[in-house]
Amino acid sequence: MLSTAIGALRQGSVGGGTGGSELGAEMSRRKTERLLGLVVCLLSAGRYLTASQIRAAVPGYPDSFDAFKRMFERDKDELRELGIPLETGISATADEEPGYRIPRQAYVLPEIRLEPDEAAVLGLAARVWHRAELAGAAAGALLKLRAAGIDAEETTQPGIEPRLQTGEAAFGPLWEAVRDRRPVSFSYRAVGRSSSQQRHLEPWGVVNRHGRWYVAGLDTDRGETRVFRLSRIDGPVTFRGPAGAVTVPEGADVRELVREWDTTPAQRTAVLQVRTGAGYGLRRGASAEGPDPDRPGWDLVEVPFSDVGWYGEHLAWFGADVVALQPTDLREAVIARLKGALA
Amino acid sequence: MTQGAGAGRRGGARAGGPPRVTPATDRLQRLLALVPYVVSRKVVGLADTAAAFGISERELVDDLNMLWCVEIRSPNPYCPIDLSYEGGEIVVSEAESIDRPLRLGVDEASALLVALRMLAEVSSLDDRSALSRTVAKLEAAAGEAGAVSAQVAVQVDDRGVGSAAAQIRGALDRGRRLHLSYYVPGRDEATERDVDPMRLLVVEGRTYLEGWCLRAEAVRLFRLDRVLDLAVLDEAASVPARARPRDVDQGLFRPSPDDAAVELELSAAGRWVAEYYPCERVEELGDGRLRVGLRTPDTRWVRRLALRLGEDGRVISPPELAAQVREDAAAALARYA
Repeated sequence: MLSTAIGALRQGSVGGGTGGSELGAEMSRRKTERLLGLVVCLLSAGRYLTASQIRAAVPGYPDSFDAFKRMFERDKDELRELGIPLETGISATADEEPGYRIPRQAYVLPEIRLEPDEAAVLGLAARVWHRAELAGAAAGALLKLRAAGIDAEETTQPGIEPRLQTGEAAFGPLWEAVRDRRPVSFSYRAVGRSSSQQRHLEPWGVVNRHGRWYVAGLDTDRGETRVFRLSRIDGPVTFRGPAGAVTVPEGADVRELVREWDTTPAQRTAVLQVRTGAGYGLRRGASAEGPDPDRPGWDLVEVPFSDVGWYGEHLAWFGADVVALQPTDLREAVIARLKGALA
Repeated sequence: MTQGAGAGRRGGARAGGPPRVTPATDRLQRLLALVPYVVSRKVVGLADTAAAFGISERELVDDLNMLWCVEIRSPNPYCPIDLSYEGGEIVVSEAESIDRPLRLGVDEASALLVALRMLAEVSSLDDRSALSRTVAKLEAAAGEAGAVSAQVAVQVDDRGVGSAAAQIRGALDRGRRLHLSYYVPGRDEATERDVDPMRLLVVEGRTYLEGWCLRAEAVRLFRLDRVLDLAVLDEAASVPARARPRDVDQGLFRPSPDDAAVELELSAAGRWVAEYYPCERVEELGDGRLRVGLRTPDTRWVRRLALRLGEDGRVISPPELAAQVREDAAAALARYA
């Protein structure tokens, strides 16, 4: 019934060619064996086992009870770190001391079946993080789903490669803060500010909008919702409270908060003189466009805009090919930019 | 797959800091996945399984041996896991309590759900129904662990992409050459070119076509919202063997040593330049001011950038470029005289 190769193994030593120079590897192997035994034991028992019962059942623990307790404490932490639901409680049979168990119901991944086209998009999704922050998590998830019988390869759909990048150092800690609902503080340099400011935030979510990461939440210094761009956070993000300390208000839509922050509705209209054949970038947003009757070789173009400062800069980009005719404050803004470049 | 570590962390267990992943717990995760992987497939080959887990066959055999050696000593001693891998075929005959994989952790569920929802935003993907079915199934399987993923959103900028993506996918499928009318903002002009498509990229929130540009005789990236017009030609695409797709994680635009080196000084209000353009060097000058160095094959866009920046930016070098900026500014101001 058993294959001969491993039949011999059970009787002999468990080690697999570990030399004395590989003490670390051997320690790590023993720990894996012990943790594996612990998981199987607690899953199989179907009831709470006391520390003494566990010590008797799982090989690999030291003889001294104190040393066992220390090691067992660490083992419990590490299993929980992996997401293994290790519970503490007292059996109905009323043992003297509390025991431990891993309820199968809480442990197992619920049944999941995917059609081939679903498995294909899952494989594509697993590639999205590639080398970014959650790449390891995506790979771990895919491993479990494959273990559940799904044949999802990390292959790409022919010809398309979607990627998410998390170059900003603040992404990792802010994701953890959002996940664990912890308040944070960080040093933030708003655009145009000559120095950074310390900000305190109850983060509700992180949003990538058009390739840039933002965090949105309640700015506790100002008592208002605020959006911060991750690339403008300088220095570390510090946790300012325990897990669960942040309550995300019902109906808070972080995506919408960031969208609002990033867009101002166009309320005004610019009248521009644009040299024929130039200003493609401007003409794409035009509400009206036609040849300038007074000036051959030029067109009159009307474009909606919102912020006079920003739009003035944008027009300066086109240099001598575009003239802002109206409104006056826009015209002045362009002239100021150009004079600044001349100086 | 070996980098698939630390995935299951639940959070809250420790105060911040990086996840604690040791080789021991990393391997434990693999062992706990290995048994259900085999069980759900009944019989699997050693070589295929090793490849699926990203390990060598020797490591796999070592894993199988370790599983087989698991022993519960009390109250009744027994070996809960029985398996064999004779003839290169793995069969698990007794899997005890670890016949199913561990449920997804918050990070794991979030990573996949966020990515799937992002894909649903990419208009160039036409598997919308498969995406929404997969999201629903994954949400159901992840349970509570999937809830936080709603606090992470990715919005892809698809404005101006229109039907170009679908046409390009069609050309990729059929191996056809494309003709593009493409807007180059740095020169404010539309350029005409034939391109043999290699792939579509969705990077930094935008969709790009990567292809062999016959005019430049090089691999080029084209932002889809800057494609003014596109035609799928009858000619077959022939991407030369020397055309290498770029490693997008190294940055979309990489300078070449032949490029001109440009140095700019920026005021606090001009700092956005360092976020927006790939700079080789960024140096703080105090009071929020920066000195940045970048390389570019074509300095025409830098002249436009300098006009845009006005007093918030200054070209330091090369001096000829600084002189050109002043000429450009003077010519533009003459229009307002």
